[in-house]
Amino acid sequence: MGFLDNLDKTGEGSVLVTSVDTLFNWARLSSLWQMSFGLACCAIEMMSTAASHYDMMRFGVIPRPSPRQSDVIIISGTVTLKMATRIKMLYEQMADPKYVISMGNCSNCGGPYWEYGYHVLRGVDRIIPVDVYVPGCPPRPEALLEGLMRLQEKVREQGKAVDLEV
Amino acid sequence: MPEILERRTIIHSTLHTSAPIQEPEMVEPRRLHTEEMVLNVGPQHPSTHGVLRLEVILDGELVVDVIPHIGYLHRCFEKHAEHMTYPQVIPYVDRMDYIAAMSGEHGYVTAVERMMNIEVPEKVEYIRVLFAELQRIASHSIAIGTYGLDAGAFTPFLYLFRDRETILEMFEKTCGARFLYNYMWIGGLSHDLHPDVLPMCREFVKQSRATHKEINNLLTFNHIFMERTAGIGVLDPQVAINGGASGPMLRACGVKWDVRKNDPYSIYDRFDFDVAVGSSEYATLGDSFNRHWVRMQEWEQSLNIIEQILEQYPINDTTDVQSAIPKRIKPDGEIYSRTETPRGELGFYIVGKGDVKPWRVKPRSPAFSNLSLLPLISRGYLIADLIVILGSIDIVLGEIDR
Ligand code: SF4
Repeated sequence: MGFLDNLDKTGEGSVLVTSVDTLFNWARLSSLWQMSFGLACCAIEMMSTAASHYDMMRFGVIPRPSPRQSDVIIISGTVTLKMATRIKMLYEQMADPKYVISMGNCSNCGGPYWEYGYHVLRGVDRIIPVDVYVPGCPPRPEALLEGLMRLQEKVREQGKAVDLEV
Repeated sequence: MPEILERRTIIHSTLHTSAPIQEPEMVEPRRLHTEEMVLNVGPQHPSTHGVLRLEVILDGELVVDVIPHIGYLHRCFEKHAEHMTYPQVIPYVDRMDYIAAMSGEHGYVTAVERMMNIEVPEKVEYIRVLFAELQRIASHSIAIGTYGLDAGAFTPFLYLFRDRETILEMFEKTCGARFLYNYMWIGGLSHDLHPDVLPMCREFVKQSRATHKEINNLLTFNHIFMERTAGIGVLDPQVAINGGASGPMLRACGVKWDVRKNDPYSIYDRFDFDVAVGSSEYATLGDSFNRHWVRMQEWEQSLNIIEQILEQYPINDTTDVQSAIPKRIKPDGEIYSRTETPRGELGFYIVGKGDVKPWRVKPRSPAFSNLSLLPLISRGYLIADLIVILGSIDIVLGEIDR
């Protein structure tokens, strides 16, 4: 189509050689659409990260209101038992490949509510797999951005070794 | 007239209160069989401001009834309070109303201090009021910004968050935390004011007044915004008082009630400020627009208070901010004390039995009472208006569920 036609005409086009995995991973890591979903106090720090001062969008992270359109879910805050089933359902509704960032001590392990919180899930990793943990109560926006960059690193390397599993 | 048309007329008349009520143009009213539908909004929904679930019963696009379901963020505050010593409860109070953590702390430490009859140094009181007012501006910034988002305006949100960062920076310089502080201690503060804060504050007041003006131009008196909010979700003052509403929700109905004025705590009696109330100048008294308008005015009043603090602040006072902190905190007896947070009247009922741990700490949450009025003020409006009404209440689920 157009691209190859141009090559023929001008004779100046250059060709990029890469593996499919690398190309796909590059595309994925550059547009990690995030599911906009706030749980507790950490959600406000997530909002600050998305707002003007820290500007999460320069990493290609755009908040989407639906799980069907998003690649990454940031669990931002305390996961209570009542909320846990809903989070699992939302995660299952996301299309593959999907990633999870656990933001804040609460979703990492229960945080300040670990000991007496009879209604708090002690770590979101008990219900869904977590890719990156961001510690802090709440984590600073810089910490969340660091977590995002770690996730990008992970995505960049994913599936590089020949993976014949289907 | 069939029931559905009657309801439409109600909407029509509330939307255009000033215009004479006209009969909606009617084609021959067909007796269509309409069935009510139940729609779930939330707990994952960008407009519910957290994890609130609304069970909305709809007739076409008209809201017949709303049932708020809460408890998705119940974090067992009272249980924790029973297991912690008095100072250890403060971080949990922070996490209750996380948008206005300083105001929450102020309420809790005031309650315990009244219980123990502690005299707090003057300098500490000045710093507390300064931070509580800065926090009020920060909290209203979020409320106004997200309210704009609900109504479809994205830009004010970015401007307001830019300014909020300045406030957080002042807090961070002083106590090391950006967002949840554990700064006000019983009888004192964790750190003295950072020397940079006062000059920063002076700069901030100037900048904030400019932003206030800008937001008024950009959002408040924007024609689209006014159309969306004016006359929507009208709350009657009598209903508001009976329902226990407080804060901007109550004041938007024209009721002049502010704990800072009516039952002064800390050193609020030294400052000269007005209690902002809603007005019928721009819209119906007690509607969504007026709730927003009250927040805008309170922002300005907070700036006035901050300016007065900057004038009066005892710069040469070298009192240690921790000097009045008691060695043993074992109060006996019970107390109910209330303070004015950005969301309304936050009360703490504390029972102590001479132990290091409180026997009971029961907060009275303003957002909870305000939310309970949602069904009353949203019946008969359109579903799109429901989002606007909910946004105008400015709820924080952490405080509602505790
Ligand atoms: S980690 Fe801390 S800031 Fe985050 S949700 Fe839990 S208590 Fe709130």
